[in-house]
Amino acid sequence: MLDKAKDAVIDREFKLVGSRPVRPDGVDKVTGRARFGADISAPGMLVGKVLRSPHAHARIHSIDIHAALQVPGVKAVVTRDDFAENAKHKDVLCNVMARDKALYEGHAVAAVAATSAAAARKALKLIKIDYDILPHVTDVDEAMRDDAPLLHDDMITSGVDPAPEKPSNVARRFEFGHGDVDDGFAKADVVIEREFKTEAAHQAYIEPHACLASLTEDGHGELFCCTQGHYAVRDICASLCGLEVSKLRVTASEIGGGFGGKTTVFLEPLALVLSRKTGRPVKMVMSRDEVFRASGPTASTSSSIKIGATRDGRITAGQGEFRYQGGAFTGSPVQFGAMCAFACYALDNVKTVGYDVVTNRPKQAAYRAPGAPMAAFAVESVIEELAVKLGIDPIEFRLKNAAQEGDKSSYGPTFPRIGLIETLEAAKAHEHYSAPLGPNQGRGVASGYWFNFGGATSVSLNIHPDGTVALVVGTPDIGGSRASMTLMAAEELGIPYDKVNCIVADTASLGLNETSHGSRVTFASGLATIEAARNAKTEMCARAAMIWEISEEAVTWEDGHAKPAGANAGDFEPMSLADIAKIAEKTGGPISGHFEKNPAGAGASFATHIVDVEVDPETGRVEVKRFTAVQDAGKAIHPSYVEGQFQGGAVQGVGWALNEEYVYGPDGKMQNAGFLDYRVPVCSDLPMIDTVIVEVPNPGHPYGVRGVGETGIVPPMAAVANALSAAAGVRMTELPMSPPKVLRAIDDTRPSIAAE
Amino acid sequence: MRYEAPSTIDQAVEILSQADGITRVLAGGTDVIVQMRSGMVEPDLVVDIKRIDAMHEITPEDGGFRVGAAVSGAQLGEHDGVKALWPGVVEATELIGSTQVQGRATMVGNLCNASPAADSVPALVTAGAIVSIVGPGGARREIPAYEVTTGPGKTSLEKGEIVESILLPARPARSGDAYLRFIPRTEMDIAVVGAGVALTLHPDGTCAEAKVALGAVAEVVLLVEPAASAIVGTRLEDEALDALAAAASAACRPIDDKRGTIEFRTKVAGVLARRAAVIAHDRARG
Repeated sequence: MLDKAKDAVIDREFKLVGSRPVRPDGVDKVTGRARFGADISAPGMLVGKVLRSPHAHARIHSIDIHAALQVPGVKAVVTRDDFAENAKHKDVLCNVMARDKALYEGHAVAAVAATSAAAARKALKLIKIDYDILPHVTDVDEAMRDDAPLLHDDMITSGVDPAPEKPSNVARRFEFGHGDVDDGFAKADVVIEREFKTEAAHQAYIEPHACLASLTEDGHGELFCCTQGHYAVRDICASLCGLEVSKLRVTASEIGGGFGGKTTVFLEPLALVLSRKTGRPVKMVMSRDEVFRASGPTASTSSSIKIGATRDGRITAGQGEFRYQGGAFTGSPVQFGAMCAFACYALDNVKTVGYDVVTNRPKQAAYRAPGAPMAAFAVESVIEELAVKLGIDPIEFRLKNAAQEGDKSSYGPTFPRIGLIETLEAAKAHEHYSAPLGPNQGRGVASGYWFNFGGATSVSLNIHPDGTVALVVGTPDIGGSRASMTLMAAEELGIPYDKVNCIVADTASLGLNETSHGSRVTFASGLATIEAARNAKTEMCARAAMIWEISEEAVTWEDGHAKPAGANAGDFEPMSLADIAKIAEKTGGPISGHFEKNPAGAGASFATHIVDVEVDPETGRVEVKRFTAVQDAGKAIHPSYVEGQFQGGAVQGVGWALNEEYVYGPDGKMQNAGFLDYRVPVCSDLPMIDTVIVEVPNPGHPYGVRGVGETGIVPPMAAVANALSAAAGVRMTELPMSPPKVLRAIDDTRPSIAAE
Repeated sequence: MRYEAPSTIDQAVEILSQADGITRVLAGGTDVIVQMRSGMVEPDLVVDIKRIDAMHEITPEDGGFRVGAAVSGAQLGEHDGVKALWPGVVEATELIGSTQVQGRATMVGNLCNASPAADSVPALVTAGAIVSIVGPGGARREIPAYEVTTGPGKTSLEKGEIVESILLPARPARSGDAYLRFIPRTEMDIAVVGAGVALTLHPDGTCAEAKVALGAVAEVVLLVEPAASAIVGTRLEDEALDALAAAASAACRPIDDKRGTIEFRTKVAGVLARRAAVIAHDRARG
C-alpha cells in the first residue's frame, strides 16, 4: 500500500508544480503597500503602552494607578484586576499580565490607553507599584539546584513516580528510548561523554508585535494583528476576555517574520480589554526592547551526552540528558529535544531524559523546530568526535548508522519512508565535500531531524463565472505559501497560475485552521487545497454530465476540461473550467470546493549540512566561508521558497552558533535587548548558502510534499562546531562560540600542543 | 523639548550658553536620536548645527585639511585629498554604522559622543588632530583630539561650547596611518577593541616617530607611548612588533561586559596594534 502510493507520486508529471512563478504578494511587498501589524489605523484610535517589571523576580503588593489616570489624554489603565482568573489559560494570562508576582524583567504589570504616545508614556511613569524584590535565577542548572529561588510554590515535577513531595523549578520529566544502554556501552570499543550548554536565542523577526483591537460593550470584537495563527489568537483572547468565539473576528496582517515566535499572544488581550474599557479602538506596537525582554525567545539548555561505538563504526548505545529552561512557566521544548536528539540513527539501545525547568526569564515561544537544534548540537558534536576518533569519514559514519524506513525511531514510532540516507549521499557526492581548504580552515558536517505536523485545516475554493478561482486558506503566509497553494490549485485544476488568487481569510470567513507552525502549511493547507480542487472538479464534472445528459461517472477531468469518457468518449466537445463556470447559474448555481479535516501523514524531513569555517587564531573570530544545505523536501512545489527555507534555517543556525545570546547581568536583567548587541548575522557575514533539494516523496501527501520550514535550523550549530574543531583543534561545547570563548579555547590548547 | 536650528555658529553658541537644563548638539543624530528614543536622555534643548553652512566644509589648510563638524562619514570618504593624507582616519570614520548611517554620522559627533569605543577617535589621536572649539562670546580655543574625551559620555567642553571643526594636520614624508577594530561580525557593530597607529620613517627606513592609540580598553581612548617607543628606531622587525603588542596589551585596563572580556580585550589590543602598525608601515613605505 505504502509502495503503491509512493510510486503513484513518483510517476506523476507536473505542469506547474516545481516551477518558480512570481509570488502573488510580491508587488505589495516591494512597493510598501503590504499591511503589516502596525500599518492599520481606525477612527478615534487610542495608543496602548505597557508598563513592565524592572525586576527579575518580585512580589507585587499593590498597584496605584490614580496619578496615571489624571494625565490629560489618558483614557484607561488596566492591571491584573481587569482580568478574571482563567483555569484553561492560566499561564498565558499570568504571562500577559502579572498576577501576584513579576516573574521576569519585562513582565507586563499594567497597560495604559491614551490619545497620544507621549501621554501614555507619561502615565506609565506615574503608576506606582510596591514591589517586594525576591531572589532570582536565570540559569537552567542553577534553577535545578535544591537551594534555588522557587518561582512557583505549587510546582511539583510531573512525570516522576512517586511524585516529589516538595515543589521545585522542574515542571516535568520526560523519558524516551528502547533497549538497554548499559548493555550497549559494554559492547562499545569507544565511548565519548560530553557536557553541552546553549544560550537562549530570539527568533529576531524584523517586525515587532503589533495589533489593533476594537471591542464593543456588547461583546463584539475585531482584532487585526501580526500572527502565525489568528485562530489561536481568537480562541485564547476570547477565553481571557470572556467573549464568545463567534463574536471575535481576528484578521492576520502580513507578517514580517515569525519563525515560531508569533504563535501566541502578548499585546492582544491587553488591547482588547483597553478597548472595552474605553469604548475606542486601541493600537499597540512593541518596541524592539520589549520584543527582546517580553516576547518569547527559545530555551537555554544544558545537556549530557554519552555515545558508544564499535571500531567498525556501529553505534552500540546513545544516551542523553537534556535540561531546558523555558522561562517563567512550564513549556520548554525539552520533550521535542529529547525526542529528536537521536532520531537520525537506527539504534538498538537509546535513552533520553528531559527536564522542563522554569527560571526568571520571559516565557519561551516556539522557534523553528523547537527544542531540536540544541539537542542536535550536542549529539552531532559527539557523533563527529566519534567518527574522527575511529578514523571513519563523518558522512560514512552517519550512513552506517542512519535511520531508514522500517527502523524504530529513538522516541518510539517506526519510521515510514524517510530521506536521511539520500541527504547524506547527496552531501557526500557534492563537490563541496571534497573541495580543498585553506590555512586555518576546517570542514564540518551535521544532520538534523524534525517531525513535521498536520493539524486542523480548512480550505475553500470558489469557481467564479469568469473562469478564475478564489483560493481561500486560513494559514498565514510566513514563507511564500500563497505561491505554493496557487501552484497546487492551478496544477490540480489544469488552469494557468495567474487564474488563481489565493488569500488568507479572517477567522469569521473560514473554518478552523491551526497556526502556521510545525512546517505544516505546504503539507496540510496544500493537501487541503488539492482536495478542495478535486471536490470542485467533481462538481464541475457533474455539471458537464447534466448538460451532456450522460452519467456523472462518464465524465473525467483532464487538462482543465471536463471530458466525456468510456462509452461516451468523443461524443461531446470538452468543456473548460471557464465554460462550466460561465453557465453555472443555469446548471444549479455556485460551484465551490471544500476541505475541512485534520490531515495525517505529515512526512518528516531530514537534512545534512556541510560548513567550512576559517578561524583567526589570534582573535578567535570565526568566519563561515562556505555552506551547503541538503534537505529532503519530498516534492518541492515552489523550489525558490524551499531553498529560501533551507537558507533561512542555515543563517539563523549560524547566528545561534556564533554570536546570538541572551546576556544576563547578576541583577537578572537582559543586557543586550537590541540588534546592536544581540548579534544576528548581517549579509556580509555570510557566504551564499548553497542548497540541494532532495526529493523523497511523502506518501502522506498527494504530491509528495514534506514540510521544509524547520529542519534547516537543526544541523548548523553542530556543523559549525565540527568545522571549528577541524580548523582550530578546539571542541567547543558551549553556544555561542563567540570570539572570547574560542580564543580562550585556542590559547588553552596551545601550551599542550607545544608540550607534546 | 525645544529644537533650534541656527544658521551661524555664534547663534548656536548663544542659544546653548543661555539654556538651562539638559542640552544636546545635533549633527548627524546617529547617537543623540538613538539615545533619545531609548529614553537614555530627555534633552530640554536640541541645537541642530546642520544649517550652518561652514560646518559642512572640508578645506585645505597648511598642507592638511580642516573638517567641519557636520561633515558626514560619506562626504569624508569621497574626499580624495583626505583619503590620501590620513587614510586611517577616513577608514575609521567609515566603519561607523551602515551605508545609511554614514550619510548622517559625523567624525566630530563620534568624538563628542565620548564613547570609549568610538572608532574615529584612536585614528584622530594618532594623526595628531587638533579640535577647534567655539565658546560663549565667540571665544575660540584649540585642543588636541586626545583631550576632548574625559570619560564615558563626558567631554572637556564647557557649557555653551561647540566643536566647530577638526584640523587634520600636514603629514611629513614617509608617513602612514591605519586603524583596525575587532567586532564579532563584519559590520554594524561597536568596537570590542580598536587600535590606531601612525608612524613616520627616516630616509633609511627606520621608524622616526610613532603614535599608538587604543579604543574600548579603558574609560577613554589610550595613547600608548611605550607601544610607540617599541617601534621607534626599528624597521618593525618581528621582535619590535612583539614588543609593541606586549606594550599595547600591558596598557589596557578594560572591563568585562556584554561585548568582551578583560582577558580578550587585553590580548586582542596587542594583536590589532601589531596588525595596524604593519599596515601603517606599508603605507609609509609607499
